[in-house]
Amino acid sequence: MRLPVLALIPLLPFAGFLVNATLGRRLPKSVSGGLASLVMLASFVISALSVVQLTRLPVEERAIQELLYTWIASGDLKIDVTFRVDTLSAVMILVVTGIGSLIHIYSTAYMHDESDSEFARYFSYLNLFASFMLVLVLGANFPLMFVGWEGVGLCSYLLIGFWFKKKSANDAGKKAFVVNRIGDYAFILGMLALFAKFGTLDFQEIASAVATLPAEMTFGVLSITTLLLFIGATGKSAQIPLYTWLPDAMEGPTPVSALIHAATMVTAGVYMIGRNAVLFEHAPQTMMIVAVIGAATALMAGTIGLVQNDIKRVLAYSTVSQLGYMFLAMGVGAFGAGIFHLYTHAFFKALLFLGSVAVIHALHGEQDIRNMGGLKKELPITFWTFVIGAVAIAGIPPLAGFFSKDEILFETFVEGHRILWVVGALTALLTATYMFRLVFLTFWGERRHDAPAVHDSHGPAAVDSHGHAPAPSHGHGSGSHLHDAPPAMALALIVLAIGSVAAGWIGIPGHNVLAEWLHPAFEAPRAAAAVAGAPAAAAEPAGEPVAAAEPAAAEGEAAGESHETLEFALMGVSTAIAVAGIWFAYFVWVKRRSIAENAARELAPLHRLLLNKYYVDEIYDAAIVQPIRVASQEGLWRGFDVKVIDGAVNGAAAIVNSSATVLRRLQTGSVKTYAGSVFVGVVAILAYYLWL
Amino acid sequence: MIPLSHYLILSATLFAIGAAGVFLRKNLITILLSVEIMLNAVNLTFVAFGRYAGDLDGQIITFFVMTVAAAEAAVGLALVIALFRHRESLNPDAFTSLKW
Repeated sequence: MRLPVLALIPLLPFAGFLVNATLGRRLPKSVSGGLASLVMLASFVISALSVVQLTRLPVEERAIQELLYTWIASGDLKIDVTFRVDTLSAVMILVVTGIGSLIHIYSTAYMHDESDSEFARYFSYLNLFASFMLVLVLGANFPLMFVGWEGVGLCSYLLIGFWFKKKSANDAGKKAFVVNRIGDYAFILGMLALFAKFGTLDFQEIASAVATLPAEMTFGVLSITTLLLFIGATGKSAQIPLYTWLPDAMEGPTPVSALIHAATMVTAGVYMIGRNAVLFEHAPQTMMIVAVIGAATALMAGTIGLVQNDIKRVLAYSTVSQLGYMFLAMGVGAFGAGIFHLYTHAFFKALLFLGSVAVIHALHGEQDIRNMGGLKKELPITFWTFVIGAVAIAGIPPLAGFFSKDEILFETFVEGHRILWVVGALTALLTATYMFRLVFLTFWGERRHDAPAVHDSHGPAAVDSHGHAPAPSHGHGSGSHLHDAPPAMALALIVLAIGSVAAGWIGIPGHNVLAEWLHPAFEAPRAAAAVAGAPAAAAEPAGEPVAAAEPAAAEGEAAGESHETLEFALMGVSTAIAVAGIWFAYFVWVKRRSIAENAARELAPLHRLLLNKYYVDEIYDAAIVQPIRVASQEGLWRGFDVKVIDGAVNGAAAIVNSSATVLRRLQTGSVKTYAGSVFVGVVAILAYYLWL
Repeated sequence: MIPLSHYLILSATLFAIGAAGVFLRKNLITILLSVEIMLNAVNLTFVAFGRYAGDLDGQIITFFVMTVAAAEAAVGLALVIALFRHRESLNPDAFTSLKW
């Protein structure tokens, strides 16, 4: 145990949760919010320190493990509470604590108009969320990961339904919880299958065990197991078919959306697959499914995002779409690229969400982008940071999104999935288009909102989706001045904007530090790999120019160079695609607004289809929710509960009642009758013993 | 020596007379008296058996029965008096209100 402080990383936010949950209502906001932010920052510092410690270790041994105690020991099953930081979880803890801290700080300003107890409740949930996410990431075996997995599910429910007096918020919270449960169920099954197959649930031990097996070409145990795990991931990470909860999740406070979309929760599925890279690699069938689902989700969410009018909803679908990219990367075996995208995405998605809050706030709760416009001059900080986020997600070099998205597309192409590459490229085009549609409609053009442009001195929290009426105009007489983000918000926005610009630079093709760094995490522990006789990738020279995680690179220098050319060609293509998307958006939504309206009118059925999100919610409702409802109501309630269970109880009473009606005739009240029956009874008993 | 069976026949006869009294008489005091006859029939059996077996157990238990019988008679008569004050009757068939 070299670093006995690893457990502090999740425990600090947990302590923050305990304090805020118990004493929070008595604490002033500055204390409860400050404490919550402070524990996150402390957790970030510890994470950073442990990552520094990690870098000092030799490449092969980059893992710090900390056994706390044995949790369950029963027969063959032994589960320890072990936290492990390796190169993969290092990236994750930095993202979770780093972005998480910024969101905490931002929230202190955002939630400022809530009452003290609500404020503390909010921060206790937020801390708990981060704490569970860190358990998920640091857990060294499946059950411990599952603790975090379920915990983030719970916290998402609590936070999405934070304004629980609002029905839509409650519904959204329940939806998130129930949809997640479906995935969790598959995840548990997958976990059990793994234990049945390997007799252990430790990630490294499973990886070692799997490494000795050949890849499973038919659809066998490994494929089914990984598929079950992947279904779990689709629930958490909002992929087809379980993505529907995420767009509804905006009913919660917006920084929560930022937290869910960027730092915690939705990244869990991607991380889980990365964590079990060796296992998934041995099930090519599942990998193919993962890739196809990822690409399909990316494309589908992208098309939906193109026509949505709610600013947060557009961002939500863009998250679903970007997560699709990550799964595409995972599916084609480019685990490093997937995690890279997860990491860059955390920056710009958090930035975009927090930026959208500033916009919504400035417009007193207006979320419909059709009613925005012309905010460029009035909200300079928000505008510039938002544009940076949009450029980053659209994939313009040298911003963060470009490198990660490009790497995913490149890997997809190289692995020979041409159709998936086309889908990915198409999605890139859509991404650029819908993001800049958002930017142009929000910040360019004429102001279309009729919100009273009054300086609202009350901080941003009063207005948003939570149904609190915007504070009536205080009349500070500042004319048309809309007020920009307050300091705590601006700080978070600017830090995230810097991150969105620079985060990608650690993964520049040719100098892909991140891929090299992550590389050991996606391989079986060395001993096992040697047994399997597959040390090819591990033996690769460290300075290999092309993405080191790419096993094909080992084929030789020539292949490497052609890859490099190819990569630059593809880079050009994706940049061109992004620029085209932006230009298209500019042309349609700034230059010729009529085009968009005409198109919407002429392609009305298609437009309606997209606007209604392919009617997936309605289909699920008709195909699954309603049958369950009807079966529960008519079958289980009116049938089983009322007839069988209530029937048994009432029936027992009825039998007693009717038999008592007959039997009470025996009670005559006449002492002589009683004495007579006693006498007859005694005689009968005596007769029995004497003569029988 | 008088054989045991004679005692038993006597006590059975007494017991039967007592039981018949309990069932047939219409006066509560008479019924109480009949109960006493039954108890004493049993006492007779105990004593006879005790004498026959040559130990004192039968006589000891008889004392117990007599004690209980005395207590029973006291309580029984008290109840009879209370009932009579209430209903002006000693016929047990007059007291059938304790039912559903």
